[in-house]
Amino acid sequence: MSESSAQTIVFDNVSKFYGEILGVNRVNLTIPLGITSLVGPNGAGKTTLMNLMTGLLRPSRGEVRVLGVPTDQPEELFRKVGYCSQFDSFPAGMTGREFINAFLMVSGFPRKQIGDLSEGALQRVDLLPAADRKIGAYSKGMRQRIRLAQSIAHQPSVLILDEPLNGLDPMVRAETIALFRQLAADGLHLIISSHILHEVDMMSDRVVLLNNGYVVAEGAVHGVRDEMDVEHPMQILIRCDQPSLLAARMFQKNEVVEARVHDDRHGLFVKTRNPDRFYLLLNEVVATGEIEVESVAPVDDDLSAVYEYLIGAD
Amino acid sequence: MSSTAETINIQPATAIDSSWSLWLRQIAAIMRLDVKRNFLGKRAVLIYLMALMPIGLLSLMAILPVGHAWADFAEYPLRFSLIYNALILRTVVFFGCAWIFMNLFRGELVDRSLHYYFLSAVRREVLLAGKYLSGLVTSIILFTAVTVVSMLLLFMPHFFSASVRFFLDGAGMGQMLTYIVITVLACVGYGAFFMVVGLFFRNPIIPALVLYGWEWINFLLPPLLKKISVIHYLNSLVPVPLSEGPFAVVASPTPAWISIPGLVIVTVLVLIVAGRRIRRMEIRYGGD
Repeated sequence: MSESSAQTIVFDNVSKFYGEILGVNRVNLTIPLGITSLVGPNGAGKTTLMNLMTGLLRPSRGEVRVLGVPTDQPEELFRKVGYCSQFDSFPAGMTGREFINAFLMVSGFPRKQIGDLSEGALQRVDLLPAADRKIGAYSKGMRQRIRLAQSIAHQPSVLILDEPLNGLDPMVRAETIALFRQLAADGLHLIISSHILHEVDMMSDRVVLLNNGYVVAEGAVHGVRDEMDVEHPMQILIRCDQPSLLAARMFQKNEVVEARVHDDRHGLFVKTRNPDRFYLLLNEVVATGEIEVESVAPVDDDLSAVYEYLIGAD
Repeated sequence: MSSTAETINIQPATAIDSSWSLWLRQIAAIMRLDVKRNFLGKRAVLIYLMALMPIGLLSLMAILPVGHAWADFAEYPLRFSLIYNALILRTVVFFGCAWIFMNLFRGELVDRSLHYYFLSAVRREVLLAGKYLSGLVTSIILFTAVTVVSMLLLFMPHFFSASVRFFLDGAGMGQMLTYIVITVLACVGYGAFFMVVGLFFRNPIIPALVLYGWEWINFLLPPLLKKISVIHYLNSLVPVPLSEGPFAVVASPTPAWISIPGLVIVTVLVLIVAGRRIRRMEIRYGGD
């Protein structure tokens, strides 16, 4: 096993079929350290990919290795991996603390360590005050957090989270994102699936875009966006006092494929296939002093735009 | 939410344990969870109702006055053998084991909680062993208790002093222990079978009924086919043999030194099949 494969999650030509229905097809992925988000519409294959990573599903073809461990060896895999799945169900009659303790015991942790580990996990998700209440009496957000606590209690190095922000109120949502960032800063791999694009954009180092069981793009959001420049020129909004004049100057230089004056007449939308070159030209125009520029910002250099271009707004 | 909680330094359990001590601890943890659920979960109600069937019936008989047909104490060992065979072994133990062992995995699939075990750092075979042993502990405690209480309820109320002599000085204690051994072996054999059925079949009731039918027509089967059943080996151990009726095909009982290890070997083979199955098992609650 190479050192790099021992630190990554590798999908090697993985396909999964449910009978004749496609789950994911020919997935070749290498997910490095950091926060990676799986993004795609319902049925795209996000949960299938996560279940394949954790051995809950077996690939119909290909192989998955997490930090060098094959996924059919749970005894080794789940020393390193925690999975907070979407299944909102629990063993009956347990309190939050009993639930976490029970599965630490099943994993074979010595009794004297279990108390500390569950206490730490409950504290991290801010559930200590409710730890001794029955899970049946928890709200949806609390159930989500207790599952999160259970998945981090054994201090894994890879944490896989399937729609972890579902059911959380905005305050807890923000705190949870902060927790994810902290966990990533502590050196954890985080694999997160979500369909809330601006949140994914905010917290991810990398994205994997899925559609109909295929990986349609992967990499850093801006990297993915850059690769789409030919088909989808980058759109930039320049706030300035003379948008029409700016448009004329830009067309002279042949670096703009489309320009449109903003409705309020104080801005110009331009589309360019070469943003770096465009910014240089803009500097030159501004330097002449003809036009006063207030701000320059890309309009579609984010995950929502990438998603819309690759997968569609649906 | 605290993002500044201190990281606790833990040693991976694999590094500090030998495999066997880790596995034994994991089996104990799984058993603790499952035995509790088997006895106290909502599914336990049916088992208690089944277990109460012979006890209720015999309690009723204990209260009511006996007729002439029941006046001879010497007939009681044979009567108990009949009650044990028809009501306790073939009904309560059989269906009780079916319910307990099928639900070890099938119940968790229905409750959508099996994935927590599959997401723990435990070998699937160890999980299987823990769950099987939890089913065994539950069924043995319940059904040996039913056997003992039923026997006492039949003998004691109407012939107390004769029964005391029978149990303390006569063959009673030996017979009771033999019935307990048969009950334990039934739990071992049926338990393994039903656990595998619960792993392979989405609706395990049908294969359970097929086995039930097969066990009931066992007395009609030719000697070779008789031996492909659990009941044949258990009947071979019964301390007071029963006549199987005029249509029965007579086959010599299998001696205990063959039937007991034979049953255990078949159980081990069935558990190996279950181990292979669980190793490849997927969690797809939608399909269950």
